[in-house]
Amino acid sequence: MVTINGKQEEAAGMTILAYLEEAGYSPDRVVVEKNLEIIPREALGASLLEDGDSVEVLRFVGGG
Amino acid sequence: MQRAEGFEIKEQAESNRKGPNISKEELDRAFDERFPLWMKEKLQAASVAIAGLGGLGSNIAVSLARSGVGHLLLVDFDIVDVTNLNRQMYTIPHLGMPKTEALREIISRINPWIDVQTVQVKVTPENAAELFSGWPIICEAFDRADQKAMLVGTLLSQCPDSIIISGNGMAGLGDANLIRTQQKLRRLFVCGDGSTESAPGAGLMAPRVAICAGHQANKVLQLITGEQEKHREQEHY
Repeated sequence: MVTINGKQEEAAGMTILAYLEEAGYSPDRVVVEKNLEIIPREALGASLLEDGDSVEVLRFVGGG
Repeated sequence: MQRAEGFEIKEQAESNRKGPNISKEELDRAFDERFPLWMKEKLQAASVAIAGLGGLGSNIAVSLARSGVGHLLLVDFDIVDVTNLNRQMYTIPHLGMPKTEALREIISRINPWIDVQTVQVKVTPENAAELFSGWPIICEAFDRADQKAMLVGTLLSQCPDSIIISGNGMAGLGDANLIRTQQKLRRLFVCGDGSTESAPGAGLMAPRVAICAGHQANKVLQLITGEQEKHREQEHY
């Protein structure tokens, strides 16, 4: 199990990019932190989620 | 037109006249009468960078200038446009000016002793770290969602000593009380309702933009003065 935004998710084995797309996030509009480390946009497709990982996904909306 | 009967009504020409000049000592004294000396010293020594000088950034900058924050870095590539007047600090005489210079002028009329540095450039993943490294507090005040994500991600990875305060979700005329400040990561605070996006027919309006900017500026002042310790957020982090 992977903890994503505080919830247990069956996402082990997926890349972060695949998880984001499945969960309906736009990868260009999020900041992802995995195990307290920021994962750059270009690394999302290569970063594999493993059991025990803790992930925060912050979604941004337009306006300012 | 409605007139206020029985009152002396001043015409624009008179109320618009130039006010007197004041000295730094007078401005300092006005602050000292209301706040402790240590607070002024901390604020005057503080450095804050603002990325994006639209509705959020221009309001944040003015709040920080009124509070006496001593050193500001203002970054934006854009010029003042008529579509900015509904929510940004600029006025008609600023149309066509770079936002960096227009905001410098506005700040100089509030407190001419603030050290204001400006950079008129578009922030990219390539130049962000160079622009903002060394600034202990950085306000993200961009308009587009992908630009917000780019800047926050880049700064969190490449400026390890900076705290970032981001604005996220403040469009329209929804409940103002939904706009709040949350610590989302160790070095990231996010202000806004988190969901209300600007879109055709649901644009940005002055009140909620100013409220969100007020949240960002208030968090800046809390961090500078140490007020943060007394009012620690009860969020999940």
